Amino acid sequence: MFNSCTDPSALEGLSWLLCYLTTGKHLSMYWAVGTVLLLLAITAPVALVFGFGGASAARSRFLPLRWFGKAYISVVRGVPDIAFFMFFVIALDQAFELVRHKIKCPGWDQDIWQGNDFVVCTAAKLPLGTAPQWVHETYGFFLAVLTFSIVFGAFAANVLYGAMQAVPRAQIETAEAYGMTHRQSFWRIMVPQMWVYALPGLSNLWMVLIKATPLLFLLGVEDIVYWARELGGSKTTQFTDYPHPDWRMWYFLALLIFYLGFTRVSEVALDKIMKRLTKGQATMGGEAQRKAAA
Amino acid sequence: MSCWETIADYGLRSLGHGERLLPRSDFTLCQQFTLIGSGMIWNIYFGTLALLSGFVLATAVALGKSARNPLIRKPAEWFVFVFRGSPLFIQFFFAYFLFLSLKSSYPVLAPLTAAALGALVVLFLNTAAYSAEIFYGALQSIPKGDIEAADAYGMSGWPRFRRVIWPTMLRLGWPAYTNEAIFLFHATTLVFFSGFPTLKQKGDALYYASYFADKTFNPFIPYPILAFYFILLTLTVIWLFGRVNARLNRHLPQETRSRIRLRPQLIR
Repeated sequence: MFNSCTDPSALEGLSWLLCYLTTGKHLSMYWAVGTVLLLLAITAPVALVFGFGGASAARSRFLPLRWFGKAYISVVRGVPDIAFFMFFVIALDQAFELVRHKIKCPGWDQDIWQGNDFVVCTAAKLPLGTAPQWVHETYGFFLAVLTFSIVFGAFAANVLYGAMQAVPRAQIETAEAYGMTHRQSFWRIMVPQMWVYALPGLSNLWMVLIKATPLLFLLGVEDIVYWARELGGSKTTQFTDYPHPDWRMWYFLALLIFYLGFTRVSEVALDKIMKRLTKGQATMGGEAQRKAAA
Repeated sequence: MSCWETIADYGLRSLGHGERLLPRSDFTLCQQFTLIGSGMIWNIYFGTLALLSGFVLATAVALGKSARNPLIRKPAEWFVFVFRGSPLFIQFFFAYFLFLSLKSSYPVLAPLTAAALGALVVLFLNTAAYSAEIFYGALQSIPKGDIEAADAYGMSGWPRFRRVIWPTMLRLGWPAYTNEAIFLFHATTLVFFSGFPTLKQKGDALYYASYFADKTFNPFIPYPILAFYFILLTLTVIWLFGRVNARLNRHLPQETRSRIRLRPQLIR
């Protein structure tokens, strides 16, 4: 990257380190940090939407829908989520391919599950065998985002469900007394008020989501854990201009510090938001703020 | 091959007994049930030992965190922050490579690079930090009156701690601690996916479940089996902790007892 890096064997000390840390592969690792942030940026709102849907379904007056919502929320509780991650990536992939197979190859007469294989026609493969590398990577990332959203949607649904229950009953009764329909009182009274109750749970969820991002590695995405393992392993002069012993420990220490910093910053930011939202609310937090100001 | 033979062959496979080779083709439901169940031995081993040892350290750290002396308080705060603020997955990786480099300078520490001990150490420290935070919160919310009553009886120091503060702390923190226990068991599934090697394919339940899913391209059988085992384990933990909870609350009137509510707080 720098001109001084043309002959690495002549470098020493800090300038060697500077050149080492700016090799092409290291730049890919810094990009992988971007992947993590992108995952967070997409997953958080999508999971919130899933969660809202799940919570509304669990409160629905239509019985099968209520069952679905409650099952969605409670199934994730008893099972390790890493199992969900590993399950959904394969299951979603097969589901997509199956649907495409049914549409694109109606004349196919062989079994799709042939013993130990899952076979669909070539045209239904996702992504297509001829697709360029970036399509494969994007598709993998897309599956990961969807999986994260489904799993975290269930947690968010649980939080939002509790928040909806926490909105004082008198508020809804007042709305009904004004002649609002069920739908109107839901959208106009309950939804605007529930966020204060939901925020502690949601911010907790955000911290958990940050700490779940390294699991991307298990879903086959080239994330920071992948690069830390790749770059940290011992290198001889045969393969690189920057030979070094096994440094994986230091790479993972760097990741540890990165995550500690990230959660710390989020903690401070979420504290600020909570302070802002409780201002003027008729809750204990709001009361404490009023007393402190007086 | 009958199902009993399969159980005899693979029931203790995760510990290295029985059949050496894992099944390679013609997978039966019985094989999947047996092997995944066999892997559960590791999950129970990690969870139980980490929980028992972590409990002791957690109490100490919770007390340290509420100490007035900053020389005691600061290290306790940092310990909790480091282990709660970073992903367990990364902690496993870091610890494994740390143990690897320690092994090369001190051969005595070689057992730490095996999952059985190394991962247990990480889980022990991790659950100690999470539980310490729970106990610290409980310690802060002990009713003032309880302590005043102890003072009025002339208790102080160790007797006051053992007979008033500690039982009350446990009673208040127990519902949250139950959740911590459940999710510690769930976290044990990460062990063999985070650096620690599986020697001779002796893995935990998730390891075998993903083995079957990879071999059969059919995730719809092994993962639900895994889910079944874990739901069973979760129910057992809830029952056991419920018994303890009932005992901790036995002096209170029925209505004021704290119920255990399961809340999702999972990946670490």
